[in-house]
Amino acid sequence: MHELSIAQSLIELVEETAAQAGAARVKTLTIQIGALAGVVKESLWFSFELAAEGTCCAGAKLQINVIPVSIFCDRCEQASQLNDVYVQICPRCGMPAAKILTGLELDLVSLELEPHATAHS
Amino acid sequence: MQPRILELRTKILKKNDELARALRSDFDRAGLFSTSLVSSPGSGKTELLTKTLAALHKTHRVAAIVGDLATDNDAVRLSASGAPARQILTGTMCHLEADMVRDALATWSLTDYDFLFIENVGNLVCPSSWDLGEALRVLLFSVTEGEDKPLKYPTLINTVDVVVISKIDLATAVEFKREQALANIQAVRPGVPVLEVSAKTGEGLTEWYNFLQSRRSAFLDAARRQPATSAAESADLIQDAAAVPPPSAAAISS
Repeated sequence: MHELSIAQSLIELVEETAAQAGAARVKTLTIQIGALAGVVKESLWFSFELAAEGTCCAGAKLQINVIPVSIFCDRCEQASQLNDVYVQICPRCGMPAAKILTGLELDLVSLELEPHATAHS
Repeated sequence: MQPRILELRTKILKKNDELARALRSDFDRAGLFSTSLVSSPGSGKTELLTKTLAALHKTHRVAAIVGDLATDNDAVRLSASGAPARQILTGTMCHLEADMVRDALATWSLTDYDFLFIENVGNLVCPSSWDLGEALRVLLFSVTEGEDKPLKYPTLINTVDVVVISKIDLATAVEFKREQALANIQAVRPGVPVLEVSAKTGEGLTEWYNFLQSRRSAFLDAARRQPATSAAESADLIQDAAAVPPPSAAAISS
């Protein structure tokens, strides 16, 4: 259940960001998670809902975009997307390819904010 | 009031990454080579570490910190090596995070040690995403876990620098298919170095110690070649300092 730690880090980050932007509430959070980042979406949604209580993220929608794994093969000098399996074999030449281009992301991408009702300056 | 969209691209674990970076630069400055160990529960991390601490303790200044949900049993076992060992109790937390490492080290002077070992909580999933500032991350697989274990946990294996196959004294008893295991490791982490050890019989331990020594030498060479903090990194740290309370570098290094 490391998703709870990730949800807490995410909310902490969003609280700082929202406060700096002068927003009282967050409506939607969009994040991207690499398919190889080891995060279970359902666990993250569940953890997020728990951790969001009493914060500016309470009731917010958490949009999770999953980034597929892609590798670069030095032999073929080509990038390839891996679909179902995580085994790092280049689909073109069948040889192991160590360079991971995408699939490890754990990023906050955007926030939809509601400004303070009594916005100043 | 119109809702507005704020475009960002920030790492969710930014705070941990920053703490880890601060730890790493403290380790660099102190010339302290830090190694973390990850594995599933019962793969033999503590046994290997106890032997390793005892062996390196003869010629080097070594210390260890170990994370568990409960009990200080592992720190007690590690202390038997003669090296100082400290327990981190994580409570319900399934992995170590950089702030726990920083806090555990708070009263130790980093320059007093040559090797620091960080034993993570036994778990093959959760530790993946948390950088602890370590110079070397070691993954242990015991022969009793089966040859396909690497294929089941590709995320964690992708974060490690070396794989150690442990308990090889049991390989015959559990009909461990060595070639298959090695192929599986290379399939999910092409090119990763693999060592095979038995902490019980001592087989492979010399190679393991030599590996640690050579990685430490390379680490010291690299630390000597580069100034501890590059100009770009200083600028970065100054920027970050505005948003985040700076990790107490003073507390760590004194």
